[in-house]
Amino acid sequence: MSGSVPAPATPMDARAPLDPATRWRLGLAGLVGFLALWWAVAASGLVPKAFMPSPVDVARQFARLLQEPFAGHTLQTHLLSSIGRYLMGFGLAVAVGLPLGLLMGWFRTLDAIVTPLFEGLRYVAPIAWVPFAALWFGTGIGGPTLIIFAGAFPPCVINAYRGARQVEPYLIEAARMLGLSNARMIVQVLLPAAVPSIIAGVRVSAGLGWQSLVGAELIVASSGVGYLMVKGQASISTAIVMSGMVAIGVVGLLIDVGVRQIESAVNRRRGKG
Amino acid sequence: MSDIVFTNVARNFRRDGKEFPALRDINLSVRDKEFLAIVGPSGCGKTTCLRMAAGLEFPTSGTVAVGGVRVTRPGPDRAVVFQQFALFPWKTVAENIGFGLVANGVAAAERARRVADVLKLMNLAGYESAFPHQLSGGMQQRVAIARAYVLDPQVLLMDEPFGALDAQTRVVMQEELVRLARVNPRTVLFITHAVEEAVYLADRVVVMSRRPGTIREIIDVASVRAADSWDRFEKIEDVMDQASFVHLRTHIWRLLREQQAPDDH
Ligand SMILES: Nc1ncnc2c1ncn2[C@@H]1O[C@H](COP(=O)(O)OP(=O)(O)O)[C@@H](O)[C@H]1O
Ligand SMILES: [Mg+2]
Repeated sequence: MSGSVPAPATPMDARAPLDPATRWRLGLAGLVGFLALWWAVAASGLVPKAFMPSPVDVARQFARLLQEPFAGHTLQTHLLSSIGRYLMGFGLAVAVGLPLGLLMGWFRTLDAIVTPLFEGLRYVAPIAWVPFAALWFGTGIGGPTLIIFAGAFPPCVINAYRGARQVEPYLIEAARMLGLSNARMIVQVLLPAAVPSIIAGVRVSAGLGWQSLVGAELIVASSGVGYLMVKGQASISTAIVMSGMVAIGVVGLLIDVGVRQIESAVNRRRGKG
Repeated sequence: MSDIVFTNVARNFRRDGKEFPALRDINLSVRDKEFLAIVGPSGCGKTTCLRMAAGLEFPTSGTVAVGGVRVTRPGPDRAVVFQQFALFPWKTVAENIGFGLVANGVAAAERARRVADVLKLMNLAGYESAFPHQLSGGMQQRVAIARAYVLDPQVLLMDEPFGALDAQTRVVMQEELVRLARVNPRTVLFITHAVEEAVYLADRVVVMSRRPGTIREIIDVASVRAADSWDRFEKIEDVMDQASFVHLRTHIWRLLREQQAPDDH
């Protein structure tokens, strides 16, 4: 990989990189096209308005949710409480998953013990944990945290593990030659060597954790965007549900931008980019 | 006193479930402060010999001892310069060089001094905060050598350290290595497939047979170098011009040619 200037491409080369301005324009065009299509279907009257509000209706509803409380709070307050839960679950996934993955990548016995169990469990969708989460950890902070954790945990483990396993053997040999102990090896060689893989994993994990939020908030009793959406559905307000979806999408995008900022900061710290 | 002694060393490997001998009957002693080069056809077990001295690989039978102590694991007393450089890509030049000192608990002030010394010695001053990928191959190899030198090891193990370099850089590095060897002689085991490099650098050259690797002949270069005083020359091409050099080189070439498998040219 190099951050160099893209090679001049022939006009017919569909794989040639686009310049940022063109990318922005095309992205915007896609969004506008989507909204136009949505608006046209809603305006055509083919679908009842209660099932399919137009983009304008949703925008209005969204603005109203920012000002008037629904299901007990304004949208911002719901979002804040969602983000709090998310940070708990995601933070826990990172704090447990990364060390576990690294250790599994170093100690073959731990790998052998954990991998079969982990491989079996990771295909269980986060939402499947809902009944247990509520029973074991309650509907306060514990249950929702567990569900987000269930979504965010696997990519942390897998990428830390893969990153540790893919370290060039000669780097490990060089470190042993320099006299590194096992503990130093894990923290000072395995971890930094795995960082590119770890960051990729954390990025996926951040996204999956946020995706699990609605599932997590099915079982909360008082606040959160998921809770708002459940209440919106109960009062048959499709516009409220869609507003919640928009809020989740926007925050999800912002989370990804944040993780990418961290990624480029790390790359800069390593003299790349 | 740090010699490297191989006694009746043999090493077998497994491939496709079959065991095959890679090295046989290796009896060799690299004397204290001697520069010994091993040349031989590829796959004859040169790297395996070096790895056994490093403690990264072990004999199937026989023993390898450094300074009279049997080698059981790697350590900073036997610094290795790897063919792939093996620099830590997330560390700067100075951090790479100082890493072994950190790991061995050398205090920060002394560490800084030793790193600065070796940076100067290897003509790397000014590059301390560069990252390996920002350097040319020759510079990276210099960092790898500096990382080994800074440990002040008794023994230096170098596996085709200049193999990946272009011809010009290679010559510069060879001359530099000779200069370093004069400043501070150590026991060096140096692996190469370049005959001229071996004759130019080494006190003795070991020629190995093709697999299973055995020692075919050991050529004494030091006595010829002294007799013809090659050391009066600064440049490698002047040494390579000497009849005595050409003679040794041709002799080793012939030995190596005999080792070529009939089907590979
Ligand atoms: N870890 C290993 N497992 C199996 N075969 C190996 C291993 N290391 C080396 N060999 C084999 O042993 C022989 C000698 O290898 P090596 O010491 O790398 O040779 P050289 O450095 O002279 O080219 C080769 O045939 C190589 O494929
Ligand atoms: Mg080799």
